[in-house]
Amino acid sequence: MPPANRSSRTGSTTHPGRLLLIMALITAAVAAWALWPGQDNAVRLGLDLRGGTQVILQPKAVQEGASITDDQLAQTVQIIRQRVDGVGVAEAEVTVQGSGDGAAIIVSVPDVSQERLVELVGRTALLDFRPVWSISGPAPETLDDTSVAPAPAGDDTATSAQIVQAADNTPEFQAEVAALDCLDPVNQAGGSPDDPQLWLGTCDADGAAKYSLQPAFIQGTNVTDAVAQLPQQGVGGWVVSLTFDSDGARALAESSQELYALPDCTPGGAAPCNAFAIVLDGVVVSAPRFNEPIIGGQAQIEGDFTAQEAQDLANVLSYGALPVNLEVVEVTSVSPTIGGDQLRAGLIAGAIGFVLIVVFLLVYYRVMGIVAVASLVLAGGLTYLGFIALGKTIGFTLTLAGVAGAIVSIGLTADSFIIYFERIRDALRDGKTMRSAAEVGWVATRRTILAADFVTLLAAVVLYIVSVGNVRGFAFTLGLITLIDLLVAFLFTYPVTVLLCRASWMQRGSWLSGLRAVKRGEGTDDAPARDDHETAEVKS
Amino acid sequence: MSRRLSLGDRLYRGESGIDFIGRRRTWFIISGVLILISLGALGLRGLNLGIEFQGGAVFSVPNATCSVPDARDAASTATGADVIVTETGAGIIRVQTPPVDPAQSLEISKVLADTCGVAATDITTQVVGPTWGAEITAKGIQALVVFLVLVTIFLAIYFEWRFAVAALIALAHDIILTVGIYAVSGLQVTPATLIGFLTILGYSLYDTVVVFDKVKEETKGITAQSVMSYPEAANRAVNQVLVRSINTSITSLLPVVAIIVVGAGLLGAGTLLDLAVALAVGMLAGVYSSIFIATPVAVVLKMRQPDIKALDNRVAARRGGSGRRAAESQEAAAAAVGVADVPAGPERQQPKRQPRSKRGKK
Repeated sequence: MPPANRSSRTGSTTHPGRLLLIMALITAAVAAWALWPGQDNAVRLGLDLRGGTQVILQPKAVQEGASITDDQLAQTVQIIRQRVDGVGVAEAEVTVQGSGDGAAIIVSVPDVSQERLVELVGRTALLDFRPVWSISGPAPETLDDTSVAPAPAGDDTATSAQIVQAADNTPEFQAEVAALDCLDPVNQAGGSPDDPQLWLGTCDADGAAKYSLQPAFIQGTNVTDAVAQLPQQGVGGWVVSLTFDSDGARALAESSQELYALPDCTPGGAAPCNAFAIVLDGVVVSAPRFNEPIIGGQAQIEGDFTAQEAQDLANVLSYGALPVNLEVVEVTSVSPTIGGDQLRAGLIAGAIGFVLIVVFLLVYYRVMGIVAVASLVLAGGLTYLGFIALGKTIGFTLTLAGVAGAIVSIGLTADSFIIYFERIRDALRDGKTMRSAAEVGWVATRRTILAADFVTLLAAVVLYIVSVGNVRGFAFTLGLITLIDLLVAFLFTYPVTVLLCRASWMQRGSWLSGLRAVKRGEGTDDAPARDDHETAEVKS
Repeated sequence: MSRRLSLGDRLYRGESGIDFIGRRRTWFIISGVLILISLGALGLRGLNLGIEFQGGAVFSVPNATCSVPDARDAASTATGADVIVTETGAGIIRVQTPPVDPAQSLEISKVLADTCGVAATDITTQVVGPTWGAEITAKGIQALVVFLVLVTIFLAIYFEWRFAVAALIALAHDIILTVGIYAVSGLQVTPATLIGFLTILGYSLYDTVVVFDKVKEETKGITAQSVMSYPEAANRAVNQVLVRSINTSITSLLPVVAIIVVGAGLLGAGTLLDLAVALAVGMLAGVYSSIFIATPVAVVLKMRQPDIKALDNRVAARRGGSGRRAAESQEAAAAAVGVADVPAGPERQQPKRQPRSKRGKK
């Protein structure tokens, strides 16, 4: 805040007004960006501050030794997002950090129970096709008509389902299958990926039947394409067309010839029988029978689907074709109470700390302390607006780690003007006038701030690129805050100080100035200080 | 208007000051002992690693009505394993178990909710797979190495390799001391602590750069004269930057201390508190090491440089002529207490010092 009686002398080497104008424009732009009406104008809080659940998933290639491509990652994120959004979870965030085999997928949702989220995203969507050995319950759907059982995407609240697996069709296996309760919604939900090499006893997705299934003959990775479409002849409802790769086509040809020869499946009927089950994460999504042997690697599943049902089934088949297993590596669930407590404590502590700093700066630097406090407030305001703006544009969320970065920023910002003020004092001690001390001091300060902030920026960038999770959030905040520190130092603290130092009452050396350190000339005893050996010799 | 010169003035002129460089042996011994204690504690006690690093689950039950033994019984029955149950501040019961799968974690959560009379959704849980911690740690170390290589290159270019080495030594010093405090106190190392460590890394280097920049400035062109030795000039620089270091430390530490006080009072153990403790320890170590370790080490390295050696010998020879501390070698010149005690040469205007006596009267 420039004093009213500031000197009107001209001829300065800098144009403080111009710098301040730039600062004002930047601040206005950020504020407009952050506070544009009609949008959600609040800092987006991470779940550790507002409560919620976060799951970190690590994708693992299904085939050993294979790497994970960015495409696969993007697809996986897309699928998880669909699943989470599909159940109406507001403000879900699904992000990928890192790339390739080292990638992590982070899913955060507020106000959703842990079980629900893990159930939704932890489902690995492993898909396989198994010949049906026997079923109990209603008859399976056929390729022509009858019942339809597309898997609705994530429509339940259950935990992982029970399945029965065995190496062979032993009596124990049969007994266990017989004991399986398919009326329990938990067991209809899937979420227990099956081993394709083993026999499987499981339920279907709507609990209408129980299946005893042989080891898989085709795996999801053999499906190259699955689309929902209307049949070309225009008869009947929507169908799902499947295309298989060469391995899949061969296996399909073999199995369809064998199965086609068998009697149709009925509850409690013949075993083995003519149907194959499409198994997603251990639950039967659909169990069509073969109307004919399928030789060309192209198949159609018919069944009076609506467009939506056909699309869902096609999606499930495509999802299952993803060659990525998801491993749940971390589940964090923060109750809103505790999250809120942390935030409140952080704010209280921040307020107390800020008041203490203001007192300290005003006592120590007096009028210059006002510049210091104003710099801090400006940096704080810009940081706050920056958080909002970045929340809108790149989904930045403030976590506790970010709060840590913000706390450190107080030190960084303070250091910039403390270095500057001390440099001005040094220049005054060397006998400079107040006016030129502000300039001379700045030259030295600028170099120091640039070098030191560069180191901090380097740390932020490296951490952001290499690390995952919380550390990344911290690195981002630290980098942002360092940039703001530079802006404030160059475009606010410096020009304001220069303007102040031109004020005549400051130059008279009022105790208020906070820079009274040396009485320059004016007949005081201290005048010779400038001749002291140090400056004279070392600097020459 | 007071005639008394402020501390800052006297430090600037070298009229008072601490002999940071000359008494470096003292600081090195102090830091050496602290480092030995830290490494010893690390070796003997190890670190109390949070579940994030070894896998496991933590359940925090707020407003619990159950006792610690109740919670322990309930949780061990549910997991079939030993669990660690502690009561932290603000009536939060914290249950730590070995690695569990998500289904088990739900079960434990429900059992604890029943036992302690709270809603299951109020319980904060964290389940971490056993290998995940190793992976984030590996990534952290990878980041650290990349960063250190880059920052060393930067420091070597901006200053010179001797300063880069000294900065790295000071950095290692800070990290060892901070880790040591965690080993000695048994405070739990959590990801928040890790972030604290990384912050310290940045802060320590930042602070070192600020101090070195002043040293660089004060010793610019120093070989062109023969009045002041390199260690003296460096010492003067450190004393000049002292006020800044103290002020910056105060402003940096105030909010951190506020968090520790508020956090300990309101929250008990929590992420924020973990972080604040790590930051406070590291900031202090960072400021201390820039002055007491980084600069003296840089000076020791510089003193081996031929032209600096020649300068220091010249200065010592001059002083030898004046009879003061004659017997002392270059090493002793370095140890001269403060610039003020060193005769600065014929052009020094001693009489002008007179006003100092007035200061005594106040």
